Amino acid sequence: MARLYEYQSKKLLKDGGVRVPEGEVVFSAAEARSVAEKIGKPVVLKIQVWLTGRAGLGGIQFAATPQEAEDKAARMLGMRVRNYVVDRLLVEEKLAIKAEYFAGLVIDDAQKCPLLVFSAVGGTGIEEIARRHPDKIATIPIDVGAGLPEFEARDLVRRAGLTGSVMIQLAELLVKLYNVARNKDARSAEINPLVLTADDLVYAVDCHLVIDDYAVFRHPELGIEVAREFDRPPTELEKIAYKVEERDHRGTFYFFQMTDRIPAEGTFIGFHGAGGGGSMMSMDAVLNRGFKLANYCDTSGNPPASKVYRAAKIILSQPGIRGYFASGSGVASQEQYHSARGLVKAFLEESLSVPAVIRLGGNFEEEAIRILAAYCRDLPAKVEGYGRDDAPETCAARLEALIRENKAVSHEVRPIPEFQPAAGAYAFGTLTGKLFIDHGLCAGCKSKGCIGACAPKILKLVGDKPVLAIAPEEAKKGKCTECLACEIFCRFHEQNAIAVHLPIPGLAEYRKKSLKERESD
Amino acid sequence: MSILVDEKSRVIIQGITGREGMARAQLMKDYGTNVVAGVTPGRGGQEVYGIPVFNSVEEAREKRGPIDISVIFIPAALVKNAALEAFAAGVKLLVIVPDRVPIYDVLDISRAAKAKGARFVGPNTLGLLSPGKAVLGMIGGRAQRAREWFRPGDLGVSSRSGGMTSAISYYLTRAGFGQSTIIHVGGDAVVGLSHPEVMELFESDDETKAVAMFGEIGTTQEERVADLIAAGKFTKPLIAFIGGKAAKSGTRFSHAGAIVEGSRGSYETKVQRLREVGVHVVDTIFDIPKKAKDILG
Repeated sequence: MARLYEYQSKKLLKDGGVRVPEGEVVFSAAEARSVAEKIGKPVVLKIQVWLTGRAGLGGIQFAATPQEAEDKAARMLGMRVRNYVVDRLLVEEKLAIKAEYFAGLVIDDAQKCPLLVFSAVGGTGIEEIARRHPDKIATIPIDVGAGLPEFEARDLVRRAGLTGSVMIQLAELLVKLYNVARNKDARSAEINPLVLTADDLVYAVDCHLVIDDYAVFRHPELGIEVAREFDRPPTELEKIAYKVEERDHRGTFYFFQMTDRIPAEGTFIGFHGAGGGGSMMSMDAVLNRGFKLANYCDTSGNPPASKVYRAAKIILSQPGIRGYFASGSGVASQEQYHSARGLVKAFLEESLSVPAVIRLGGNFEEEAIRILAAYCRDLPAKVEGYGRDDAPETCAARLEALIRENKAVSHEVRPIPEFQPAAGAYAFGTLTGKLFIDHGLCAGCKSKGCIGACAPKILKLVGDKPVLAIAPEEAKKGKCTECLACEIFCRFHEQNAIAVHLPIPGLAEYRKKSLKERESD
Repeated sequence: MSILVDEKSRVIIQGITGREGMARAQLMKDYGTNVVAGVTPGRGGQEVYGIPVFNSVEEAREKRGPIDISVIFIPAALVKNAALEAFAAGVKLLVIVPDRVPIYDVLDISRAAKAKGARFVGPNTLGLLSPGKAVLGMIGGRAQRAREWFRPGDLGVSSRSGGMTSAISYYLTRAGFGQSTIIHVGGDAVVGLSHPEVMELFESDDETKAVAMFGEIGTTQEERVADLIAAGKFTKPLIAFIGGKAAKSGTRFSHAGAIVEGSRGSYETKVQRLREVGVHVVDTIFDIPKKAKDILG
């Protein structure tokens, strides 16, 4: 769920006709001063973070003069709150508040409709207040076809115990709140507090919208960089991962870091799940063994080998992990050899020095396990493959034993060398990369096994050289499924003439930068 | 018996000429599903594995007769329109396979379904399968595998995870227990048929003697199953596993959610509520077949 900052949410409410305090977002103390001058009244400064309870963290402060606003802003910018550093503040007019209320919209999974909650009491500790004063809370399901009629909104406010002109003002606001939420595909929208000022006007004083990840594509105007359920801005590596997912809609790839700096104590591992339920079950199994996760990753929905490869490369960009654990439901419908090949390519490139336990149960698991065993044999660390009859708990125990055996060596991240295809190699583009065949080496090939290995059957022999049997545009559009079978076959059984180049934009630079940072530590 | 689908159900596939649609059309047909037509706008007149393709659901209905079920394999952004099209042509059950369907689209689909007296499974579902009869969606991946992994029998399986639908059913088969119908209700926050609705269907199915359920943290589905049992509307033995025990519970951001749902949604609440009403909650999915043995002998 893509979260919006308070200032972004307020802008949307304002555009939707809801009254909000006058103010602007600032990124420096000098800007805070000039905004305070422009407002010409006492102001409130609020750190912009995706957390509630900011007041308790010193994240909300008042300033009577522009000078005070500047001084306080200087202290607030750069504050460390949980995982990240405050880089922006909202400076806005301070209101004279007479009463505080609460309004919130959620999607109700039972009734399958939006549910509007109104409370005649609001402010900090709303959940506790709600428990103590159930009579002050009223809710109403909204018919998505008809929207929220004003009379229903009025009655909602009345049921919470408010009448008179404030009821009418609040009802108007609630209708606008719903309309903004619906138009912007918000999964939740909250105003807390919703206030009545000394001059009897209703204002939205704090507001948070959460946009449906799946509808972000409809709202380029919101500038959402990573449409994911994060409680902090994304890390560099998460941004790189998200770009991979954005550019390739075959299957899904989700990547989340538990920490962006792995501490020396504790056994951190790279985690690579497949499918939500299976990932969760597998994660429970490794956590119960006492492992800590550096990241959570899920590749599912029938991803091509190339996507699994990229996921593995990103997981292996985390220095300090002591092992690699991949496990899904155990009985997957997808052909498991795709994932196996993606992992093999990544492990070979990284010359994997920490053990990996890969539970690839499902369709063609026998072949997947055989691929892992045959092609990871010469790596510095052990890679073991398991199938549907092996429990995640058993696999987690295996990883523990292998890490012990490996003397708890931790993974070292290396720079990614620039890709150099053989001079004059035959080449064609794929959906997300490029395939090269060094025809000069094909003369020494007896089996021509790449032709048979190719899953979509798009290679043919001309003389003794494999070439595309279809138009290059077709291959580029996705007929080449990036299954990596030809490359792996040729590398191990023939002349190592085939290279599939699958770039991951930003990863080489990221590794270079983080290596430099570690050196200077 | 089985629920929702059997070998006679007349099925169409919307998006049959796409990558997934084509692959799964083969699975469904090979397994024995009565697939009467495919639909892809602009591709009418073609055939996919011998299945005739039409330009619209209405055209498929005109040429092939009444349609019971549509399985949808089209890009998420277009799903709502496809679902409304199917409802308009009188289809009473949809299986919406795609992932990433916008939530308000799901709410709109749900409203339209109610108005038409129709139902839907998903979105973000692997589908459902009645062993030996029919498969809708992509469970099993290939017909041969689906026949090996799933066997006819008297256990119902309902799961919020696609992979776990197959996994639980396979482990049951391995232990000698067949299944009446196995269903992946879908992985999204709002789905058409959720666990409690599926339990009601299993309740009225004579063949189903007991049910295995894979739940997860989040949503109120498992709590509502407990409510259903407490109200006497589901009376068969239920074995449940809840995933996400050790997962760090997400920082709840929505006060409104907390006000409405209280502590519903957490691992502890789900397990406690289910145990209170006599559900057999197990700690690993490998205990599901063991528990089935205790119950059914």
